Amino acid sequence: MRGRHDQKVVASVAEALAPLEDGMTIMVGGFGLSGNPEALIKGVVERGVRDLTLVSNNAGNLGKGLAQWLRAGILKKVICSYIGTNEDLHTRMASGEVKVEITPQGTLAERMRAAGAGIPAFYTPTGVGTVVEQGKEVREIDGRRYLLERALHADVALVRAHTADRFGNLRFWRTARNFNPAMASAAKLAIAECDHLVDNGAIDPDDVHLPGIFIHKVVHVPEHENAFEFRTVRKRPT
Amino acid sequence: MPYSTEAMARRAAREIPQGAIVNLGIGLPTQVADYLPEGHAWLHSENGLLGTGPFPYEGDEDPNLINAGKQTVTVLPGGSTFDSATSFAMIRGGHVDLAIMGAMQVSTGGDLANWAVPGGKVMGIGGAMDLASGCRRLIVMMQHVTKKGEHKLVRACDYPLTAARVVSLVITELGVFEPTGHGFKIIELAPGVTREAAEAATGAPLV
Repeated sequence: MRGRHDQKVVASVAEALAPLEDGMTIMVGGFGLSGNPEALIKGVVERGVRDLTLVSNNAGNLGKGLAQWLRAGILKKVICSYIGTNEDLHTRMASGEVKVEITPQGTLAERMRAAGAGIPAFYTPTGVGTVVEQGKEVREIDGRRYLLERALHADVALVRAHTADRFGNLRFWRTARNFNPAMASAAKLAIAECDHLVDNGAIDPDDVHLPGIFIHKVVHVPEHENAFEFRTVRKRPT
Repeated sequence: MPYSTEAMARRAAREIPQGAIVNLGIGLPTQVADYLPEGHAWLHSENGLLGTGPFPYEGDEDPNLINAGKQTVTVLPGGSTFDSATSFAMIRGGHVDLAIMGAMQVSTGGDLANWAVPGGKVMGIGGAMDLASGCRRLIVMMQHVTKKGEHKLVRACDYPLTAARVVSLVITELGVFEPTGHGFKIIELAPGVTREAAEAATGAPLV
Protein backbone atom coordinates (compact mmCIF):
# COMPACT_ATOMS: atom_id res chain seq x y z
CA MET A 1 0.00 0.00 0.00
CA ARG A 2 1.33 3.46 -0.90
CA GLY A 3 0.75 6.48 1.27
CA ARG A 4 0.23 9.99 -0.09
CA HIS A 5 3.86 10.87 0.49
CA ASP A 6 5.57 7.94 -1.22
CA GLN A 7 7.59 8.49 -4.41
CA LYS A 8 6.74 12.15 -5.03
CA VAL A 9 9.30 12.92 -7.70
CA VAL A 10 7.80 12.42 -11.16
CA ALA A 11 9.72 12.26 -14.43
CA SER A 12 7.75 14.81 -16.44
CA VAL A 13 5.33 17.71 -16.31
CA ALA A 14 2.78 15.58 -18.19
CA GLU A 15 2.98 12.85 -15.53
CA ALA A 16 2.61 15.45 -12.76
CA LEU A 17 -0.51 16.90 -14.41
CA ALA A 18 -2.16 13.56 -15.29
CA PRO A 19 -4.72 13.79 -12.41
CA LEU A 20 -6.18 17.10 -13.68
CA GLU A 21 -9.81 17.11 -14.82
CA ASP A 22 -12.19 19.56 -16.49
CA GLY A 23 -13.90 22.00 -14.12
CA MET A 24 -11.27 21.89 -11.40
CA THR A 25 -10.24 24.85 -9.24
CA ILE A 26 -6.51 25.40 -9.62
CA MET A 27 -4.31 27.76 -7.60
CA VAL A 28 -1.15 28.94 -9.28
CA GLY A 29 1.67 30.65 -7.37
CA GLY A 30 3.32 33.85 -8.48
CA PHE A 31 3.13 37.61 -8.06
CA GLY A 32 2.83 38.97 -11.56
CA LEU A 33 5.31 36.95 -13.60
CA SER A 34 7.62 36.37 -10.62
CA GLY A 35 7.64 32.95 -8.96
CA ASN A 36 5.54 31.31 -11.69
CA PRO A 37 5.64 27.53 -12.22
CA GLU A 38 6.27 28.15 -15.91
CA ALA A 39 6.49 24.56 -17.14
CA LEU A 40 3.36 23.47 -15.25
CA ILE A 41 1.43 26.48 -16.61
CA LYS A 42 2.39 25.49 -20.17
CA GLY A 43 1.70 21.84 -19.37
CA VAL A 44 -1.90 22.50 -18.32
CA VAL A 45 -2.66 23.96 -21.77
CA GLU A 46 -1.10 20.88 -23.39
CA ARG A 47 -3.03 18.61 -20.99
CA GLY A 48 -6.23 19.93 -22.61
CA VAL A 49 -8.41 20.39 -19.50
CA ARG A 50 -11.11 23.09 -19.68
CA ASP A 51 -13.68 25.08 -17.71
CA LEU A 52 -11.15 25.72 -14.97
CA THR A 53 -11.42 28.16 -12.11
CA LEU A 54 -8.05 29.85 -11.59
CA VAL A 55 -6.93 31.37 -8.31
CA SER A 56 -3.96 33.68 -8.91
CA ASN A 57 -2.97 37.17 -7.78
CA ASN A 58 -2.78 38.51 -11.36
CA ALA A 59 -3.64 35.72 -13.84
CA GLY A 60 -0.61 36.61 -15.95
CA ASN A 61 0.44 39.82 -17.68
CA LEU A 62 1.90 40.99 -21.01
CA GLY A 63 0.56 37.83 -22.68
CA LYS A 64 2.87 35.71 -20.52
CA GLY A 65 2.45 33.28 -17.64
CA LEU A 66 -1.22 32.52 -16.94
CA ALA A 67 -2.29 34.75 -19.84
CA GLN A 68 -1.61 31.57 -21.86
CA TRP A 69 -4.59 29.94 -20.12
CA LEU A 70 -6.78 32.92 -21.02
CA ARG A 71 -5.64 32.79 -24.65
CA ALA A 72 -6.25 29.02 -24.77
CA GLY A 73 -9.84 29.60 -23.60
CA ILE A 74 -9.65 27.04 -20.77
CA LEU A 75 -10.87 29.30 -17.95
CA LYS A 76 -14.44 29.96 -16.85
CA LYS A 77 -13.57 31.96 -13.75
CA VAL A 78 -10.64 33.84 -12.22
CA ILE A 79 -10.27 34.76 -8.56
CA CYS A 80 -7.53 37.41 -8.29
CA SER A 81 -6.60 40.65 -6.53
CA TYR A 82 -5.26 42.78 -9.37
CA ILE A 83 -5.72 42.97 -13.14
CA GLY A 84 -3.73 46.11 -13.99
CA THR A 85 -2.32 45.92 -17.51
CA ASN A 86 -3.39 42.30 -18.10
CA GLU A 87 -5.29 42.97 -21.35
CA ASP A 88 -5.99 39.27 -21.92
CA LEU A 89 -8.08 39.29 -18.74
CA HIS A 90 -9.66 42.72 -19.36
CA THR A 91 -11.03 41.68 -22.75
CA ARG A 92 -12.40 38.33 -21.57
CA MET A 93 -13.95 39.91 -18.47
CA ALA A 94 -15.61 42.58 -20.65
CA SER A 95 -16.98 39.99 -23.11
CA GLY A 96 -18.28 37.80 -20.28
CA GLU A 97 -16.20 34.82 -21.40
CA VAL A 98 -14.46 34.71 -18.02
CA LYS A 99 -16.13 35.58 -14.71
CA VAL A 100 -13.80 37.57 -12.46
CA GLU A 101 -13.93 37.79 -8.68
CA ILE A 102 -11.64 40.48 -7.25
CA THR A 103 -10.48 40.05 -3.67
CA PRO A 104 -8.15 42.23 -1.59
CA GLN A 105 -4.66 40.73 -1.82
CA GLY A 106 -4.21 40.10 1.90
CA THR A 107 -7.66 38.55 2.14
CA LEU A 108 -6.82 36.28 -0.82
CA ALA A 109 -3.64 35.10 0.92
CA GLU A 110 -5.34 34.64 4.28
CA ARG A 111 -8.31 32.75 2.80
CA MET A 112 -5.86 30.19 1.44
CA ARG A 113 -3.76 30.13 4.61
CA ALA A 114 -6.97 29.53 6.59
CA ALA A 115 -8.02 26.71 4.26
CA GLY A 116 -4.66 25.03 4.74
CA ALA A 117 -4.84 25.49 8.51
CA GLY A 118 -8.35 24.04 8.91
CA ILE A 119 -10.02 27.37 9.68
CA PRO A 120 -13.33 27.68 7.76
CA ALA A 121 -13.70 31.46 8.03
CA PHE A 122 -12.19 34.47 9.79
CA TYR A 123 -12.98 38.08 10.61
CA THR A 124 -10.87 40.76 8.94
CA PRO A 125 -10.95 44.57 8.98
CA THR A 126 -10.00 44.73 5.28
CA GLY A 127 -12.88 45.82 3.06
CA VAL A 128 -15.23 47.11 5.79
CA GLY A 129 -17.34 49.95 4.38
CA THR A 130 -16.47 49.03 0.78
CA VAL A 131 -18.00 46.92 -2.00
CA VAL A 132 -16.07 43.94 -0.59
CA GLU A 133 -18.47 43.99 2.37
CA GLN A 134 -21.51 43.21 0.18
CA GLY A 135 -23.22 39.94 1.08
CA LYS A 136 -20.88 39.24 4.00
CA GLU A 137 -21.52 39.05 7.71
CA VAL A 138 -20.22 42.13 9.55
CA ARG A 139 -19.52 41.91 13.23
CA GLU A 140 -18.27 44.42 15.78
CA ILE A 141 -15.53 43.07 18.02
CA ASP A 142 -14.07 45.30 20.75
CA GLY A 143 -15.51 48.40 19.06
CA ARG A 144 -14.20 47.75 15.55
CA ARG A 145 -16.11 46.31 12.57
CA TYR A 146 -14.90 43.20 10.75
CA LEU A 147 -16.03 41.13 7.76
CA LEU A 148 -16.40 37.38 7.79
CA GLU A 149 -14.31 35.93 4.96
CA ARG A 150 -14.39 32.24 4.08
CA ALA A 151 -11.49 29.87 3.54
CA LEU A 152 -10.55 29.24 -0.10
CA HIS A 153 -9.80 25.63 -1.11
CA ALA A 154 -8.64 24.18 -4.42
CA ASP A 155 -8.40 20.84 -6.15
CA VAL A 156 -4.86 21.49 -7.29
CA ALA A 157 -2.05 23.96 -6.52
CA LEU A 158 0.85 24.53 -8.90
CA VAL A 159 3.83 26.10 -7.15
CA ARG A 160 7.36 27.13 -8.02
CA ALA A 161 10.31 26.46 -5.74
CA HIS A 162 14.00 27.20 -6.04
CA THR A 163 15.04 23.94 -4.37
CA ALA A 164 13.10 20.80 -3.50
CA ASP A 165 14.24 17.57 -1.92
CA ARG A 166 12.68 14.19 -2.72
CA PHE A 167 10.19 14.46 0.16
CA GLY A 168 9.00 17.82 -1.23
CA ASN A 169 10.57 20.12 1.36
CA LEU A 170 10.85 23.45 -0.43
CA ARG A 171 13.01 26.52 -0.45
CA PHE A 172 12.06 29.63 -2.42
CA TRP A 173 14.16 32.36 -3.99
CA ARG A 174 13.72 36.01 -2.93
CA THR A 175 10.25 37.37 -3.74
CA ALA A 176 9.33 34.28 -5.78
CA ARG A 177 7.83 32.83 -2.56
CA ASN A 178 4.69 35.04 -2.52
CA PHE A 179 1.46 32.95 -2.66
CA ASN A 180 3.17 29.59 -3.24
CA PRO A 181 3.20 28.27 0.37
CA ALA A 182 -0.42 29.23 1.19
CA MET A 183 -1.65 27.77 -2.10
CA ALA A 184 0.16 24.48 -1.57
CA SER A 185 -1.47 24.15 1.85
CA ALA A 186 -4.97 24.94 0.54
CA ALA A 187 -5.11 22.31 -2.24
CA LYS A 188 -5.92 18.59 -2.21
CA LEU A 189 -3.07 18.01 -4.67
CA ALA A 190 -0.02 20.29 -4.55
CA ILE A 191 2.53 19.98 -7.35
CA ALA A 192 5.90 21.73 -7.03
CA GLU A 193 8.10 22.68 -9.98
CA CYS A 194 11.67 23.16 -8.77
CA ASP A 195 14.79 24.66 -10.33
CA HIS A 196 17.00 22.35 -8.26
CA LEU A 197 16.24 18.84 -6.99
CA VAL A 198 18.37 17.53 -4.13
CA ASP A 199 18.44 14.40 -1.97
CA ASN A 200 16.68 14.29 1.37
CA GLY A 201 19.00 15.73 3.98
CA ALA A 202 20.65 18.23 1.64
CA ILE A 203 18.37 20.97 2.97
CA ASP A 204 19.00 21.53 6.66
CA PRO A 205 15.69 21.02 8.54
CA ASP A 206 15.98 24.54 9.96
CA ASP A 207 16.28 25.96 6.45
CA VAL A 208 13.08 24.44 5.02
CA HIS A 209 10.62 27.20 3.98
CA LEU A 210 7.67 24.87 3.30
CA PRO A 211 7.65 21.38 4.84
CA GLY A 212 7.06 18.51 2.43
CA ILE A 213 3.79 17.53 4.12
CA PHE A 214 2.14 20.24 1.97
CA ILE A 215 3.53 18.88 -1.33
CA HIS A 216 2.39 15.75 -3.15
CA LYS A 217 4.37 15.77 -6.39
CA VAL A 218 7.72 17.26 -7.41
CA VAL A 219 8.91 17.84 -10.95
CA HIS A 220 12.42 19.05 -11.70
CA VAL A 221 12.58 21.82 -14.33
CA PRO A 222 16.13 23.20 -14.56
CA GLU A 223 15.46 25.88 -17.22
CA HIS A 224 13.07 28.80 -16.77
CA GLU A 225 12.42 31.96 -18.74
CA ASN A 226 11.85 34.04 -15.56
CA ALA A 227 10.31 36.88 -17.54
CA PHE A 228 10.87 40.46 -16.45
CA GLU A 229 7.70 42.47 -15.99
CA PHE A 230 9.34 45.86 -15.37
CA ARG A 231 13.10 45.76 -15.69
CA THR A 232 14.29 48.75 -13.67
CA VAL A 233 18.01 49.38 -13.19
CA ARG A 234 20.46 52.15 -12.31
CA LYS A 235 23.79 52.98 -13.90
CA ARG A 236 26.79 51.31 -12.31
CA PRO A 237 29.23 53.93 -10.99
CA THR A 238 32.37 53.98 -13.13
CA MET B 1 5.00 77.99 -7.22
CA PRO B 2 3.23 74.75 -6.38
CA TYR B 3 5.39 71.86 -5.20
CA SER B 4 7.07 69.81 -7.92
CA THR B 5 6.69 66.03 -7.62
CA GLU B 6 10.23 66.04 -6.25
CA ALA B 7 9.29 68.60 -3.60
CA MET B 8 6.19 66.53 -2.72
CA ALA B 9 8.36 63.42 -2.35
CA ARG B 10 10.87 65.36 -0.16
CA ARG B 11 8.00 66.66 1.97
CA ALA B 12 6.54 63.15 2.36
CA ALA B 13 10.00 61.81 3.34
CA ARG B 14 10.01 64.28 6.28
CA GLU B 15 6.96 62.48 7.72
CA ILE B 16 8.93 59.23 8.07
CA PRO B 17 10.51 58.75 11.51
CA GLN B 18 13.95 57.19 11.92
CA GLY B 19 13.61 53.41 12.17
CA ALA B 20 10.04 53.25 10.85
CA ILE B 21 8.60 50.45 8.71
CA VAL B 22 7.09 52.09 5.63
CA ASN B 23 5.13 50.83 2.63
CA LEU B 24 5.29 53.07 -0.43
CA GLY B 25 2.52 52.73 -3.00
CA ILE B 26 3.01 52.27 -6.71
CA GLY B 27 3.77 55.43 -8.74
CA LEU B 28 4.41 58.81 -7.11
CA PRO B 29 4.89 57.45 -3.54
CA THR B 30 7.68 55.12 -4.74
CA GLN B 31 9.76 58.28 -5.41
CA VAL B 32 9.78 59.09 -1.67
CA ALA B 33 12.49 56.43 -1.25
CA ASP B 34 14.90 58.65 -3.24
CA TYR B 35 14.80 61.30 -0.49
CA LEU B 36 15.29 59.07 2.56
CA PRO B 37 18.78 59.15 4.09
CA GLU B 38 20.55 55.78 3.93
CA GLY B 39 19.53 53.55 6.84
CA HIS B 40 16.70 55.89 7.87
CA ALA B 41 13.71 53.53 7.49
CA TRP B 42 12.81 50.00 6.39
CA LEU B 43 10.74 49.75 3.22
CA HIS B 44 8.12 47.00 3.09
CA SER B 45 6.88 45.62 -0.25
CA GLU B 46 3.67 43.65 0.19
CA ASN B 47 4.71 40.93 -2.27
CA GLY B 48 7.04 39.68 0.47
CA LEU B 49 10.07 41.89 1.05
CA LEU B 50 11.24 43.97 4.02
CA GLY B 51 14.36 46.07 3.52
CA THR B 52 13.71 46.93 -0.12
CA GLY B 53 16.75 48.57 -1.67
CA PRO B 54 17.25 50.74 -4.78
CA PHE B 55 17.02 49.49 -8.35
CA PRO B 56 19.86 47.05 -9.14
CA TYR B 57 22.90 48.01 -11.19
CA GLU B 58 22.59 47.08 -14.86
CA GLY B 59 23.34 43.39 -15.20
CA ASP B 60 22.43 42.56 -11.57
CA GLU B 61 18.65 42.58 -12.06
CA ASP B 62 16.76 39.46 -10.91
CA PRO B 63 13.18 38.87 -12.17
CA ASN B 64 12.46 37.09 -8.88
CA LEU B 65 13.47 40.05 -6.72
CA ILE B 66 10.79 42.68 -7.29
CA ASN B 67 8.71 45.24 -5.42
CA ALA B 68 4.91 45.40 -5.36
CA GLY B 69 4.98 47.43 -8.58
CA LYS B 70 6.76 44.44 -10.18
CA GLN B 71 9.91 46.52 -10.72
CA THR B 72 13.27 44.83 -10.20
CA VAL B 73 14.81 45.97 -6.90
CA THR B 74 17.54 44.96 -4.44
CA VAL B 75 17.40 43.87 -0.81
CA LEU B 76 19.44 45.73 1.83
CA PRO B 77 21.57 44.08 4.51
CA GLY B 78 19.16 43.10 7.31
CA GLY B 79 16.35 42.64 4.82
CA SER B 80 14.13 39.57 4.63
CA THR B 81 11.78 37.79 2.25
CA PHE B 82 8.56 35.99 3.19
CA ASP B 83 5.29 34.69 1.80
CA SER B 84 2.17 36.77 1.05
CA ALA B 85 0.18 35.59 4.09
CA THR B 86 3.04 36.65 6.41
CA SER B 87 3.42 39.93 4.53
CA PHE B 88 -0.25 40.80 5.03
CA ALA B 89 -0.09 39.68 8.66
CA MET B 90 2.52 42.44 9.02
CA ILE B 91 0.12 44.92 7.42
CA ARG B 92 -3.17 43.83 8.99
CA GLY B 93 -1.51 43.18 12.35
CA GLY B 94 -0.44 46.82 12.65
CA HIS B 95 3.29 46.15 12.32
CA VAL B 96 3.72 48.54 9.37
CA ASP B 97 4.09 52.04 10.83
CA LEU B 98 3.22 54.08 7.79
CA ALA B 99 1.85 53.69 4.28
CA ILE B 100 2.07 56.38 1.60
CA MET B 101 -0.40 55.97 -1.24
CA GLY B 102 -1.85 57.75 -4.21
CA ALA B 103 -5.57 58.53 -4.28
CA MET B 104 -8.44 59.49 -6.54
CA GLN B 105 -10.47 61.08 -3.73
CA VAL B 106 -10.03 61.80 -0.03
CA SER B 107 -12.94 63.00 2.12
CA THR B 108 -12.94 65.37 5.07
CA GLY B 109 -13.63 62.32 7.26
CA GLY B 110 -10.44 60.65 6.02
CA ASP B 111 -12.19 58.21 3.67
CA LEU B 112 -9.94 56.99 0.87
CA ALA B 113 -10.96 56.10 -2.71
CA ASN B 114 -8.10 54.89 -4.87
CA TRP B 115 -8.96 51.61 -6.57
CA ALA B 116 -11.72 52.19 -9.08
CA VAL B 117 -13.26 54.95 -11.19
CA PRO B 118 -17.05 54.63 -11.58
CA GLY B 119 -17.70 53.38 -15.11
CA GLY B 120 -13.97 52.99 -15.76
CA LYS B 121 -11.83 49.95 -16.37
CA VAL B 122 -11.49 47.91 -13.16
CA MET B 123 -7.78 47.58 -12.40
CA GLY B 124 -8.30 45.58 -9.22
CA ILE B 125 -7.76 46.09 -5.52
CA GLY B 126 -4.30 44.62 -4.97
CA GLY B 127 -3.00 45.39 -1.49
CA ALA B 128 -4.65 48.81 -1.23
CA MET B 129 -7.55 47.87 1.07
CA ASP B 130 -5.35 45.83 3.41
CA LEU B 131 -2.75 48.62 3.61
CA ALA B 132 -5.31 51.39 4.06
CA SER B 133 -7.13 49.64 6.89
CA GLY B 134 -4.12 47.90 8.44
CA CYS B 135 -1.19 50.30 8.61
CA ARG B 136 -0.82 52.50 11.69
CA ARG B 137 -0.73 55.80 9.75
CA LEU B 138 -1.74 56.58 6.18
CA ILE B 139 -0.49 59.53 4.15
CA VAL B 140 -1.88 60.30 0.71
CA MET B 141 0.29 61.87 -1.97
CA MET B 142 -1.58 63.06 -5.04
CA GLN B 143 -2.32 65.90 -7.46
CA HIS B 144 -4.80 68.30 -5.85
CA VAL B 145 -7.37 68.05 -8.68
CA THR B 146 -7.96 65.65 -11.59
CA LYS B 147 -6.62 66.30 -15.10
CA LYS B 148 -10.10 67.62 -15.92
CA GLY B 149 -9.90 69.98 -12.93
CA GLU B 150 -12.37 68.07 -10.72
CA HIS B 151 -11.94 68.19 -6.95
CA LYS B 152 -10.19 65.26 -5.28
CA LEU B 153 -10.31 66.62 -1.74
CA VAL B 154 -14.04 66.36 -1.15
CA ARG B 155 -16.78 66.36 1.53
CA ALA B 156 -17.72 62.77 0.69
CA CYS B 157 -16.18 60.35 -1.81
CA ASP B 158 -18.43 59.36 -4.70
CA TYR B 159 -15.85 56.88 -6.03
CA PRO B 160 -15.84 53.35 -4.53
CA LEU B 161 -14.09 53.42 -1.14
CA THR B 162 -10.82 51.66 -0.36
CA ALA B 163 -11.30 52.20 3.38
CA ALA B 164 -13.23 54.60 5.63
CA ARG B 165 -11.69 57.10 8.11
CA VAL B 166 -8.06 56.14 7.51
CA VAL B 167 -6.21 59.11 5.96
CA SER B 168 -4.08 61.18 8.38
CA LEU B 169 -2.47 63.61 5.98
CA VAL B 170 -2.71 64.63 2.32
CA ILE B 171 0.30 66.02 0.43
CA THR B 172 -0.46 67.71 -2.90
CA GLU B 173 1.32 70.20 -5.13
CA LEU B 174 -0.59 72.96 -3.34
CA GLY B 175 0.40 72.01 0.21
CA VAL B 176 -0.18 69.70 3.13
CA PHE B 177 -3.69 69.13 4.49
CA GLU B 178 -5.24 67.17 7.34
CA PRO B 179 -8.81 65.77 7.19
CA THR B 180 -10.60 67.02 10.30
CA GLY B 181 -14.15 65.74 9.83
CA HIS B 182 -15.69 69.06 8.75
CA GLY B 183 -12.98 70.17 6.37
CA PHE B 184 -9.27 70.03 5.65
CA LYS B 185 -6.89 71.80 8.03
CA ILE B 186 -4.10 73.63 6.21
CA ILE B 187 -0.83 72.35 7.67
CA GLU B 188 1.17 74.31 5.11
CA LEU B 189 0.76 75.81 1.65
CA ALA B 190 3.41 75.45 -1.05
CA PRO B 191 5.46 78.63 -1.56
CA GLY B 192 3.41 81.21 -3.47
CA VAL B 193 0.13 79.28 -3.25
CA THR B 194 -2.59 81.48 -1.77
CA ARG B 195 -5.33 80.31 0.54
CA GLU B 196 -7.85 81.44 -2.09
CA ALA B 197 -6.20 79.29 -4.76
CA ALA B 198 -6.20 76.27 -2.45
CA GLU B 199 -9.86 76.88 -1.53
CA ALA B 200 -10.87 77.05 -5.19
CA ALA B 201 -9.16 73.72 -5.83
CA THR B 202 -10.75 71.97 -2.84
CA GLY B 203 -14.28 70.54 -2.68
CA ALA B 204 -14.64 71.13 1.07
CA PRO B 205 -13.90 73.94 3.54
CA LEU B 206 -10.28 74.64 4.44
CA VAL B 207 -9.98 75.23 8.16
